[in-house]
Amino acid sequence: MLEELFMPQSEAVSEKRFILPAGQFQRLFDALHQRGYQTIAPTLLDDAIVYEPVDSVSELPIGLTDEQRAGAYRVKRNPEGRTFFRYTVGPRSWKRYLYPPRQRLWQAERNGDGRFHVLAEQEDVPRYAFIGVRACELSAIQIQDRVFLSEQYQDEHYRLRRENALLIAVNCTAPSGVCFCTSLGTGPRVRDSFDLALTEVFGNNEHFFLVEVGTERGASLVEELGLPVAADQQCQMAEALIDSAEQRILKRLDTSDLKELLYRNLDSPHWEEVAKRCLTCSNCTMVCPTCFCHTVEDVTNLQGTVAERWRQWDSCFHVDFSYIHGSAVRISEASRYRQWITHKLASWQDQFGVIGCVGCGRCITWCPVGIDITEEVRALRRREGSRAAPASPKEENHANA
Amino acid sequence: MRTLETILSEHPFFKGLPERHLKVIVGCASNVSFGEGEIIFREGEEANCFYLIRQGRVALEVYAAGVGTITIQTLDAGDILGWSWLVPPYRWHFDARVVEPVRAIALDGECLRRKCEEDHDLGYELLKRFAEIITQRLQATRLQLLDVYGLRS
Amino acid sequence: MIPCPFRIRTVRRETQDTFTLELEPAGGSERFAFKPGQFNMLYVFGVGEIPISISGDPANAGVLMHTTREVGTVTKAMGRLKRGDIIGVRGPFGTPWPVQEAEGADVVIVAGGIGLAPLRPALYHMLAHRDRYEKIVLLYGARTPSDILYRRELQRWRAQFDLEVHITVDRAMSGWRGNVGVVTSLIPRAPFDPRSAVALVCGPEIMMRFTVLELQRRGVLPSQIYISMERNMKCGVGICGHCQLGHCFVCKDGPVFRYDRIEHLFERREI
Repeated sequence: MLEELFMPQSEAVSEKRFILPAGQFQRLFDALHQRGYQTIAPTLLDDAIVYEPVDSVSELPIGLTDEQRAGAYRVKRNPEGRTFFRYTVGPRSWKRYLYPPRQRLWQAERNGDGRFHVLAEQEDVPRYAFIGVRACELSAIQIQDRVFLSEQYQDEHYRLRRENALLIAVNCTAPSGVCFCTSLGTGPRVRDSFDLALTEVFGNNEHFFLVEVGTERGASLVEELGLPVAADQQCQMAEALIDSAEQRILKRLDTSDLKELLYRNLDSPHWEEVAKRCLTCSNCTMVCPTCFCHTVEDVTNLQGTVAERWRQWDSCFHVDFSYIHGSAVRISEASRYRQWITHKLASWQDQFGVIGCVGCGRCITWCPVGIDITEEVRALRRREGSRAAPASPKEENHANA
Repeated sequence: MRTLETILSEHPFFKGLPERHLKVIVGCASNVSFGEGEIIFREGEEANCFYLIRQGRVALEVYAAGVGTITIQTLDAGDILGWSWLVPPYRWHFDARVVEPVRAIALDGECLRRKCEEDHDLGYELLKRFAEIITQRLQATRLQLLDVYGLRS
Repeated sequence: MIPCPFRIRTVRRETQDTFTLELEPAGGSERFAFKPGQFNMLYVFGVGEIPISISGDPANAGVLMHTTREVGTVTKAMGRLKRGDIIGVRGPFGTPWPVQEAEGADVVIVAGGIGLAPLRPALYHMLAHRDRYEKIVLLYGARTPSDILYRRELQRWRAQFDLEVHITVDRAMSGWRGNVGVVTSLIPRAPFDPRSAVALVCGPEIMMRFTVLELQRRGVLPSQIYISMERNMKCGVGICGHCQLGHCFVCKDGPVFRYDRIEHLFERREI
């Protein structure tokens, strides 16, 4: 569905699949370290599974799974046993590494009265190897590529991190209640744009990763590790797990006519209704893997001799976000929620050629009041339906179906 | 020489008015001119006419103690000056001072009011035209109240 | 994305709360090319950076001019700068006024308050290529006579035969010989041909809204009207997200928009 603008096509490299026994998982980390990568992977921190620098497989959330629904997130023990990846996505996404929440863009030094010169930021960025990137997250990265690496403008800070990053994807086998990637065509199966893709097979005394190769970089890792080629039966076991995951994803976002739906409803009374619940806390934008809005902050040292420009994540839910001389453009809560969802699902398409949502469900889980983006779209459709439908009860039922 | 009737019919205010009405109105019209600085009428005076400005500029002014004389609107060629003759108590609300020498047609309000009472068709035509002008001025005044130019950095 | 140092050549007070900075590259001889209607991000050391339209002559690439009103932290700090001080410049950004598209037609320029500043480069350009245009009419509205921008220049332009200038103020003390009334009231009688004229409009949004209505009443098509929008901006290149107006990024899809392209957004609240 997405055009691959910046990512290599993955299929061509190798049709063969390989086996990495779970007991040898550490060898992959070691090989990456030897090649100079910093390995970032899931780990348990403050009762949530997040992506952090992880050097040893022992730091992974072994034997853990998560439970997610609107406004609720809980990590718990996986009754299956000591699995590595039987959970979905936590509050953090990989954008934290490719597009840090706060970073310095440049400094300026005062030299003499009223004079200064600007110093470009000399960044020393690690070469990241992301381990455990889900299909929806690969799509999210591609979406941010369109924002930060467009034909018109290339953000150097993003490019520096992005172009060296190695992506080791993981197929989802344990979707949560907020996942709706199937509606957006982004998951649960990893399709392309990865270096390596793993499917964790566990059970019946078996524990291994089925490894797909997406790039030459990935192929050379497989070669170095000397992984055996997978048997058909092993491939089928992995496929069955992904198929089953796909069937368990029940949440839906109807994307037909989505852009037009939102554009038609800019003046809908529904926004006032959402505003009664929305706290405009900005959690949804912080956890969203595609939200890219940021502000800049100019600071100085105490003597006022050195100034710095920082950029940091910002949110369209903040009143200040739209501030111009003396007042904000979007003051009401309703207008700010409308801005977020209309941007994400509609205007994003005009701006970047894709929907800005990948169906990861983070905004649903981490909303303190459990506002569900898919439900709000459904409510808009319902309102339209009931407005359009004549008063006959039969037809009304139909419109609400 | 152009007749008063021609001049009236060419003024935007009377444009398209049926000839029979024009003929009646001409009976209440006279040519006037005012020099720079002259006061055409003063606040509180009896309002017994209105003017079709043909040339020049008139300022509508009001005096506020401690502030001075404030111009609230200027009227130019093509504009109508004055509608206080239309509604009781028929008194001017502002001063009208000539900024640039004015040539105008004065229309006798009392005469017109009488004729409008006699011929409601004429009265309706005239009021329609005034209503349009009053609406435009009201809208312009609302914009002035908004102080719109201050809202951009 | 890193500001270029420019040196302040002069600071000129325009009105009580507006001033014009004349800048030159601190590095030396490099020229600053821009198109009428574009803006720069101006940085005051340690204070911040804001978008400000370029108000100088596009043919004079050696000098960069910006007129602004002291209203926020950065513009107030900018107002305290002196000749010789350094200011950071990023740009130029954004879409220009359609000075090429308007060739062969009447041009009516409607400006309100400091909205005259982004239009001045278009006027310079058109006056420098006067034979390419039919009538050029400038309708300018300000709050009071003392709020009128570029007073001397306007006086000079008023004396020219190839440019028609009408100025109006909302309020005046007696002694003001000009118009009193809103800028929209100048539109019905301004001498231009609405069927062919191209209208360039800049001012506060509310003034532009009523101006567009009046232009349409006069018969100017929405596709012949251009307006310049303003939004919060941090980057200038469409990645910070702040300046979004519907699907548009005002910083790169604007600030100058053909009216029919954003008509559906223009009258919406809090968009």
